[in-house]
Amino acid sequence: MSDLLSLIIAKYNYWLYVLLMMIGLYGMIAKNNLIKKVVGMNIFQTAIILFYVSIGYKTGATIPIIKSTDTGHGVIIRAAEYINPLTSCLMLTAIVVSVATFGYAMALAVRIYQRYQTLEEDELRMRLSEE
Amino acid sequence: MLYGTGEFPNWGDPKSPASLHVSDYYIEKTFEDTGVPNFVTAVVTDYRGFDTMFETAVIFTAGLGCFLLLRDFRGKKEHYYRHVPTGVILHVKDDKKTLKVGSEFEYMDKEWVPPDLINKTVCRILIPFIQIYALYVVAHGDYSPGGGFQGGVIFGSSLILLAISYNLKTLVKRIKEKLLGIFAAVGVLIYAGIAAICMPMGGAFLDYGKLAPLVPGDPHHIRALGMLGVEIGVGIAVMAVMVIIYINIVSEGRHDEGL
Repeated sequence: MSDLLSLIIAKYNYWLYVLLMMIGLYGMIAKNNLIKKVVGMNIFQTAIILFYVSIGYKTGATIPIIKSTDTGHGVIIRAAEYINPLTSCLMLTAIVVSVATFGYAMALAVRIYQRYQTLEEDELRMRLSEE
Repeated sequence: MLYGTGEFPNWGDPKSPASLHVSDYYIEKTFEDTGVPNFVTAVVTDYRGFDTMFETAVIFTAGLGCFLLLRDFRGKKEHYYRHVPTGVILHVKDDKKTLKVGSEFEYMDKEWVPPDLINKTVCRILIPFIQIYALYVVAHGDYSPGGGFQGGVIFGSSLILLAISYNLKTLVKRIKEKLLGIFAAVGVLIYAGIAAICMPMGGAFLDYGKLAPLVPGDPHHIRALGMLGVEIGVGIAVMAVMVIIYINIVSEGRHDEGL
């Protein structure tokens, strides 16, 4: 038991992201309302973004912008002094894509509502089978 | 998945797999290669330029998709007008007859609420500052945290704030829909254009270093300038697409009423 506890305390960031991801997945699968599904997808994306940002972190490192003491000629820049810029870059673009997909999903939801007057999935299935 | 976390690197471990191979190269060589102090901007727009270009294309496609799905050109049959000095509401059922909207009459709709003086005044004062800050974020993307995506989103949100605090008609009157579409396309074209100009200059696609003969000034800064140009393109595209998505969704494509 104490093994498990120490494992959780050492890696609690990953446990939080897994929890968040499962909340998002639950929202996407179990919820009946299309908007709630989209919100679930956004929570899922947030979990992935936090996961990436956290694996790029280094203890004692600073933001990935060069310090003024490192700009001279012949100065060796040590990678351990800056956090990983790669994960930040990937997530920068991922955030923008998540906004774009969210906007498009909202547009689709508006169209569905205009046509069927509902966003509940079971009612939608009923309307579709009536036609 | 939870069991798998036991195998993961500790938080803040400088030797974690993600921080080993290409990341160290970016940190150690970026300033030497490009002369840009902000590693993130350099990686986004130079080392991973293709990724960001298609990213911008994805944004543009999302805006285009919203426009095509929702835009409704039919307009409404009935119009409501409000006589400003007296507060009398006119209901015009004939589609042909329209009243001139000015100081005397104003548009109104089902969701009309009296304009709030505090909201309007605060937003009128704040919006220009938000926009200047957005331009600063775009222009200083090379030197401080920021860049095209972030600046574009801030600029777009300032326009959305205008629509929220006044009404949608005010925003649509200020910035025509056609202009927004052109902006979104021009942003992507600036990016692709700067990348394509590098090819006749003897470099590969997106090789900003080959642009040096075209731009006067220190050839050492040419990569920073190339990145700045690309960031401006991204900022314009993101700004236009944010506003397009917002306008189309809140008004269900009619561009007349809504939040």
